[in-house]
Amino acid sequence: MGVKLLLDKANVPGIRTYEVYRREGGYRAVEKALKEMTTDAIVEEVKKSGLRGRGGAGFPTGMKWSFIAKPEGVPRHLVCNADESEPGTFKDRYLMEFLPHLLIEGLIISSFALGSNDTYIYIRGEYAWIPDILEEAIEEAKAAGWLGKNILGTGFDCNIHVQRGGGAYICGEETALIESLEGKRGNPRIKPPFPAIQGLWMRPTVVNNVETLAAVVPIINMGGEEYAKIGVGKSTGTKLISACGNINKPGVYEIDMTITVEEFIYSDEYCGGIKDGKKLKACIPGGSSVPILPANLLLTTAKGEPRYMNYESLSDGGFATGSMLGSGGFIVLDEDQCIVKNTYTLARFYRHESCGQCSPCREGTGWMEKILQKIETGKGEMSDIDLLWDIQRKIEGNTICPLGDAASWPVAAAIRHFRDEFEWHVKNPELAQTSNFGLQHYADPIHVPA
Amino acid sequence: MSEQTLFKVTVDGITIEVPAGTTILQAARQIGGEVAPPAMCYYSKLKGSGGKCRTCLVEVSKGSEKDPRPMPKLVASCRTTVMDGMEVKNITSDKVIDARAGVVEFLLLNHPLDCPICDQAGECHLQDLSFDHGKSKTRFEFQKRTFKKHDLGKNIQLHMTRCILCYRCVFTADQLTNKRVHGILDRGDHAEIATHIEKSLDNEFIGNVIDVCPVGALTDKTFRFKNRVWFLKPMDAHRDCPTCSGRVTLWNRGDEVFRVTARKDEWGEIEDTPDGKPGWICNTCRFDKKEASDWVIEGPREISRASVISQGHYAGKIGTTKPTETFLAVNGGRAPHLLMDIHDESEVNKPTIHLGKIQGPSHGDTFENKTESA
Repeated sequence: MGVKLLLDKANVPGIRTYEVYRREGGYRAVEKALKEMTTDAIVEEVKKSGLRGRGGAGFPTGMKWSFIAKPEGVPRHLVCNADESEPGTFKDRYLMEFLPHLLIEGLIISSFALGSNDTYIYIRGEYAWIPDILEEAIEEAKAAGWLGKNILGTGFDCNIHVQRGGGAYICGEETALIESLEGKRGNPRIKPPFPAIQGLWMRPTVVNNVETLAAVVPIINMGGEEYAKIGVGKSTGTKLISACGNINKPGVYEIDMTITVEEFIYSDEYCGGIKDGKKLKACIPGGSSVPILPANLLLTTAKGEPRYMNYESLSDGGFATGSMLGSGGFIVLDEDQCIVKNTYTLARFYRHESCGQCSPCREGTGWMEKILQKIETGKGEMSDIDLLWDIQRKIEGNTICPLGDAASWPVAAAIRHFRDEFEWHVKNPELAQTSNFGLQHYADPIHVPA
Repeated sequence: MSEQTLFKVTVDGITIEVPAGTTILQAARQIGGEVAPPAMCYYSKLKGSGGKCRTCLVEVSKGSEKDPRPMPKLVASCRTTVMDGMEVKNITSDKVIDARAGVVEFLLLNHPLDCPICDQAGECHLQDLSFDHGKSKTRFEFQKRTFKKHDLGKNIQLHMTRCILCYRCVFTADQLTNKRVHGILDRGDHAEIATHIEKSLDNEFIGNVIDVCPVGALTDKTFRFKNRVWFLKPMDAHRDCPTCSGRVTLWNRGDEVFRVTARKDEWGEIEDTPDGKPGWICNTCRFDKKEASDWVIEGPREISRASVISQGHYAGKIGTTKPTETFLAVNGGRAPHLLMDIHDESEVNKPTIHLGKIQGPSHGDTFENKTESA
């Protein structure tokens, strides 16, 4: 069993209520942080912990916190990004649904450290039932004196507001989230200025993922240095992985980033192997926007070393032979899955979710979707594959926000690793409608554990 | 005001000093000519505009004197301010040319290309852009997107299919009128300019959206299908207007006034009035005063950059110091090679072919191996 810091109490009956959460040792971190530590000491502790943003980009949280501007007389804000819309990622939902007080505890500490008196949770519209859970938990915390005015007699005021989004993937981008929170159209802003200087209502703002803020609680409880000992290298602490696809045990798992990908997929503690005894074909290891990897490159790096479930190991080899840990949406595809169809589904998603602000993303995502649909329905031509490659190349890096990159990476990786499958689709349009390319892709047999 | 700090910035090998806070695009425009990146959405008179169309992407090969690292990605020059010692590559960078060709292709992807029936033709920035950076063929083989038609009001005609979503008209309504009634609905490639209530654009200054629109998406209903802009003669004129500056350009043919617009500078933007404010004009001047007797004619107007009437290139901004270097000198005699060679595209235009000798409707085969004998 790996170390569990976030989900260790998840199975305690009634942990969603304040009494049980408090009885199990909850809100100890708030007491410690507010009474014994200064704001700078908390930021320092988070820096020491090596905690990296759990939303996908993996930016060091402590560093992000230290960037926040502190002009005199201007309020600062902390915004919790709960707009978890990446296909394949559902870890934050689990956390908020079953451990709402853990998030609130993390929010109080982080708000104190950043000096935010009004903290916002921006939650995606599709999570219709979760705002109620959070608001109930906030009321309980308020009644117990953990929120509101003069918390624990320290003179620190903090209120947490829950704001529901309208159901847009783009509002998970921090500046689009801020725009949406201000009541405007959720278009990403052009950076600079960054939110740490001018964010919500042009005030200094920090936007953090739900899991990142929850992870602040164990960091304060055990100390940053202890936290940094868990994990490996720059991947410290534990990470929630939401596993889905063709596996025996889909769900949210907490890992300590020292296990191999192979262990994660095949051990009974985690995914429990591929469903119906089939073979592993490919995997999108970090949510739909990260590059897809074929089984051989997923289990071992290009150098032949085993691949581990952490930031560095998954991105080993760059995009040529590697991928990213991203937000931890682990999507497993078995031998019966069609990569073209999978890529088409993703392209359709990004076309639908593009905000339409900048031209490469607005027009390019729709174009890619149309071409993939053409190939998928058996009308494709060989030149379409090269065209797709050219389109994704012209979107990537040329857009305002990372959605353009997120839309082009899956297409790029699918063509890079599964070009023969695309070609097979073009050459055998009728056969492709009824049968599958399967594992013919691999020239040499892949090592797959029994 | 104290002495302004001047930053040295080099664009395509040409160095110029500009005040701190200037954007790369504005610095390049001061140099003028080929080094100024094209801009479809940026409008210097509108706060917050820019950054969206991505045509003005440039490569920053040296961040500044203090931090000489190059910027990892191409940056939108209209929204990036210069640093002291910054080195920028515009058309000398292959990356920029490649990315810009991509952007132009994206902008034209769903564009109807109905220039022959478009009132904007001849002064359309998208036409200029595609002529400079576009390709003669499309790789898009699907049906282009269309929209449900919306009637914006009695003076303004909306063609949503031509729109490139630059947001300029949105900023105009935000900044010139007290209440914006149109905006962007929906998202992604089905985003559109529309109003919630039909025919509701009636603010006294809303006519300016026609002038800021870089394409033919918003055109003047009183001028619709009346004439082509290149047949008209632009004249500077003014009248004593109680609501606006009254300084306009009249587009005449003979004595007839076909159209009234604000005065535009070489970048297609509204010119400032002598008191330094942007010369926006009111709807009365624009739509109702169509008699030559309404106006005091000042004289013929120099044609703006975005007009087919004036072909060739343009000098830098008036009143600023001009650098002494020329593009050719600093780039080792390399001429800017951006304009597509028309002879590559159409055989008919080959100078070796005598057009008078072509019999009847001709096609490519006519000219295969026959150029000499013809």
